[in-house]
Amino acid sequence: MIHNATASPAKWRLKQPSIIPGFGLTLGFSLAYLSLIILIPVAGLLWRTAGLGWSGFFAVLTDRRTLDALYISFGTAFLAALVNVVFGTVVAWVLTRYNFPGRRLIDAIVDLPFALPTAVAGIALAALYAPNGWVGSLFMPFRIAFTPLGIVVALVFIGLPFVVRTVQPVMEELDREVEEAAATLGANRFQTISQVILPGLTPAILTGFALAFARGVGEYGSVIFIAGNIPYVSEIAPLLIVIRLEEFNYAGATAIATIMLIISFVMLFIINLIQAWNRRRYGNV
Amino acid sequence: MEVTINNIRKEFDRFPALNDVSLNIASGELIALLGPSGSGKTTLLRLIAGLDFPTSGKIFFGDQDASHHSVQERNVGFVFQHYALFRHMTVAENIGFGLKVRPAASRPPKTEIRRRVSELLDMVQLGGLEKRYPNQLSGGQRQRVALARAMAIEPRILLLDEPFGALDAKVRKELRRWLREFHDRTGHTTVFVTHDQEEALELADRVVVMSQGKIEQVGSADDVYDRPGSPFVFSFIGESSQLPVEVREGTMLFQGQPIGIAEAGDGAGELFFRPEDVALVDAPDALFGKVTACRRLAGTRIAEIDIANEGHAPYHVEVEVPLHAPIELGSETRFRPTRWKVFRK
Repeated sequence: MIHNATASPAKWRLKQPSIIPGFGLTLGFSLAYLSLIILIPVAGLLWRTAGLGWSGFFAVLTDRRTLDALYISFGTAFLAALVNVVFGTVVAWVLTRYNFPGRRLIDAIVDLPFALPTAVAGIALAALYAPNGWVGSLFMPFRIAFTPLGIVVALVFIGLPFVVRTVQPVMEELDREVEEAAATLGANRFQTISQVILPGLTPAILTGFALAFARGVGEYGSVIFIAGNIPYVSEIAPLLIVIRLEEFNYAGATAIATIMLIISFVMLFIINLIQAWNRRRYGNV
Repeated sequence: MEVTINNIRKEFDRFPALNDVSLNIASGELIALLGPSGSGKTTLLRLIAGLDFPTSGKIFFGDQDASHHSVQERNVGFVFQHYALFRHMTVAENIGFGLKVRPAASRPPKTEIRRRVSELLDMVQLGGLEKRYPNQLSGGQRQRVALARAMAIEPRILLLDEPFGALDAKVRKELRRWLREFHDRTGHTTVFVTHDQEEALELADRVVVMSQGKIEQVGSADDVYDRPGSPFVFSFIGESSQLPVEVREGTMLFQGQPIGIAEAGDGAGELFFRPEDVALVDAPDALFGKVTACRRLAGTRIAEIDIANEGHAPYHVEVEVPLHAPIELGSETRFRPTRWKVFRK
């Protein structure tokens, strides 16, 4: 996120006078790096998709199976990110506000989804939440694994550290005096949390949401084990891409990928806009 | 609102931050809690506010025992050193917060809140800044917003924790005078914490001098400056020098020699005197030492004098001398305190 609201130069200048040297070198490196890792592959994707032509592209886009897969992917990622916003904020709160035996251990466990191979997570969750699994059997006849709900469970697991790790440092820097000030003014605990603490955390929570959501949309490894992968019901878009690839339908695969790319980009862009609006509103917080 | 503090003790992890402190604050009074860091002054203020609870002892608001009342119930205005403004709220929202969070039964209507806010803003001379966010204000302005916010709830008592501590010297002076006027106008019982003695002496009706969790002395600026009750108060407030002396048969001896001042009650003690309470003399029975430095201080001159102390570091005293007194660096000077106090061992 580039944030340069204070000084608004009338014209773009390539080189801003600065006492920090190395602008040219670092910008060049950044661009080269971004090109090799992101821009060239994305361009290749778009180029491949273009081979389909508009009509071919629309045929893929309006295919029932594609639409359902996209709906499942974005819907479950959105839900999982929402769950993580609540759950992750509570975890961050517990970790920053209270000192209890095992706090460091829990703090370390939060990062586990980062490190664990996602397939392992998927298999473990599937075993646990399957109709005959420990947790899953408790909910019978309501099924968790092998339904879209199972996907949400997997994505909650994958996305948790993103929310915790973005909210936690901001929470640590919250000024205790501000809460005490609210209390002296007569606010009860609920009012203090909802009107004083949470608004201050909103940008961090939003960032955590965006990260967890983006990660959830792209997640593949853990989901395919728990989803059941039933077309039109619990088949995620990344899996559909793999299926198209296995059918040697490269253009079909890249078309779905392009659609995902566009939707993701628009959503992340909107979240960034909200962030910028937030910052302006609160006077460059 | 009259506040009475009875035998308060506060421990943090077994370490007593306040030890058997009692204090009466009269209604409408402006009181300063003055002391070095760690003297317990902020702890005492927080106990009055209800932000902390005493280990033992009681706090009365009027004749009502408030010891177990929560901070919300006590209805106190508290101003924090670093303002503690809500930075995601505008100035107006900050000031109106205390009214907005009241339970529906006692919450004033929106228009009334708006009217009160603009009234308070005028009172702290910040009219027209309603829509600003705290980040867009200077330090002095933020502190005044904090004060207006605290006043909005019509507090029974106003508590300020180092209110000018984070401001630069000039703004601090202005705000100090402004707070005095503000207090005289509103008549609120006000307690403020400071480590700046000049601020305490200039501003407060009474000064409470604290040290190591205890109240050393309570009194007007004149009391604590002219009649310090303990060695700590004498050395903490204003400039002073101290020397170990012995009183024998009504005469004061320093290093076994009479120094020409009379004092009743035999025994060893510590002699305290202020730089301005010293006369240069030309007599054999006096204190004497070498002038090591001379500094100009506004209308006078301060001479720093070292008194030899065999085998040890010399005693260091400061003496105020007339501008035209014949003082030379390195010369020997004889002097006697004209006003002094001896604290017995």
